[in-house]
Amino acid sequence: MATVQVVRSEWTKIRSVASTVWTLSLAVVVTIALGMLISALARSEFDRMSTQDRITFDPTFISFAGMSLGQLAMIVFGVLVVSNEYSTGMIRTSLAAVPQRGTFLFAKLAVATVLGLVVSMATSFAAFFLGQAMLGEHRASLGDDGVLRAVIGGGLYMTLIAVFSMGVATMLRSPMLSLGILVPFFFLISSILGYVDATKDVVRFLPDHAGSRIMQVVPPVGDDTPYGPWGGLGIMVLWVLAALVGGYVLLKRRDA
Amino acid sequence: MIELEGLTKRYGEKTAVDHLTFTVRPGIVTGFLGPNGAGKSTTMRMILGLDRPTAGDVRIDGRHYDELKDPLTSIGALLEAKGAHPGRSARNHLLCLAQSNGIPDRRVREVLDTVGLTAVARKKAKGFSLGMGQRLGIAAALLGDPRILLFDEPVNGLDPEGILWVRTLMKSLAAEGRTVFVSSHLMSEMALTADHLVVIGQGRLLADTSMADFIARNSRSYVRIRSPQRERLLDVLHQAGITAVESGDGTLEVDGDKAEHIGELAARHQLVLHELSPQQASLEEAFMQLTAESVEYHAHSGTPVSPQQWGDDWKKG
Repeated sequence: MATVQVVRSEWTKIRSVASTVWTLSLAVVVTIALGMLISALARSEFDRMSTQDRITFDPTFISFAGMSLGQLAMIVFGVLVVSNEYSTGMIRTSLAAVPQRGTFLFAKLAVATVLGLVVSMATSFAAFFLGQAMLGEHRASLGDDGVLRAVIGGGLYMTLIAVFSMGVATMLRSPMLSLGILVPFFFLISSILGYVDATKDVVRFLPDHAGSRIMQVVPPVGDDTPYGPWGGLGIMVLWVLAALVGGYVLLKRRDA
Repeated sequence: MIELEGLTKRYGEKTAVDHLTFTVRPGIVTGFLGPNGAGKSTTMRMILGLDRPTAGDVRIDGRHYDELKDPLTSIGALLEAKGAHPGRSARNHLLCLAQSNGIPDRRVREVLDTVGLTAVARKKAKGFSLGMGQRLGIAAALLGDPRILLFDEPVNGLDPEGILWVRTLMKSLAAEGRTVFVSSHLMSEMALTADHLVVIGQGRLLADTSMADFIARNSRSYVRIRSPQRERLLDVLHQAGITAVESGDGTLEVDGDKAEHIGELAARHQLVLHELSPQQASLEEAFMQLTAESVEYHAHSGTPVSPQQWGDDWKKG
């Protein structure tokens, strides 16, 4: 079984279903549009901000505000890429064609990850430039210290969210169950717990909190986060790897 | 050739497939028969390496499924479930399967043509009828031009024309020297297509025999007789050495093909007959009896008991 053949096959699969197009377009549109909106609001609010808020004003991070919602579309993309196979019964046809389950999973994830990365990078850069345009005189430039890292990091963050979702969906198989766990987790639980003092120290190590650190250029006042931008992304990568290993082990052992 | 050896699948306490050992040979259609829930689909999934056997072994031309290079070129399968993404077109469904096994793209066009789906090649599978879905599944099985074909309930949901098409297809595939293994829960369907028969019930092998043998052994022919002079007729038959059995509603049954002989006897003794008809027990009945016995067998632990004896024991008790 040549891996190249399976990669080609997975590319045909991913480009031939509508869900790929609508989830990814939604991620692009929502991330950029919401980022622009919030950037525009920040500009009009800037003069009324306290001095402290002005000092820690992070124009780069603000232009990524749309990702909080846009990442949900990336989660749906990641979940559907994998769980489509199970919900349609296609998985049996697929595994009969490619009985090497490791190769099958690798090819599927590789294709979806590369596609996700291209879309996420483009989205991150677009969100940055359009967001900065909205910020007017308060804008940051790509050449500023740490800004390029944050923009590239934004693309990596979105990609990793999708890959994490693929790993979880490989473990859980059902699209409803996967979305039912991932969406509330990233959209509600993670952010709510972030405001509770007792759980703050734990929440820092959740994938989205740790990963989004890379998009910050100006850290908030009194920031005592125990890791840097790349350290945070590293923590997120560990989460992703754990989900992928879990998915691989289960796929390998389970009856299809 | 597909070889099963002591193939067993247990789900917790329940044994779905119980030490199946048989060989599916090339050049003929082998029917895989059993009532719903007998373990046919589980067996087929184990052959395809989708489900892991609890014990035993299954080999495709001497090799395990996952050792096959580009398996679709060795063995093609139509599984019971509609194994296609409803949002993907028929063409793309087959294309992604072809690519994964290094099968040239032109085969996609060829098999679409073979199954008669060329006109809807670009339509999404969700708009397909059950019959079209089956045709797409058959196209996927044929894609790699494999020497072995597996069909799980291929006529399900097909119209009479489609059923005839599947029968003809399976026979012609076997005639080309391929191994064709087809499951069904309908004996009548198997009688029309299969040359060889493997019957299972509750996961156990009940019969592994040629179709001709199965028919000869199981289609009991007998003569049904009705007469207003039953007692005299019984005497006459007894004297002639013929055993007649009463069958409930006052009719008599005589085993074998003796209608003419009985008619002559009756005429000689001037007996009035209201019915004298040669009968043939259907294969469906034979199959039901065979599988019913497997249920009885499992209900008792240990010794096989025929349903007749079972009934008597019950009356005594």
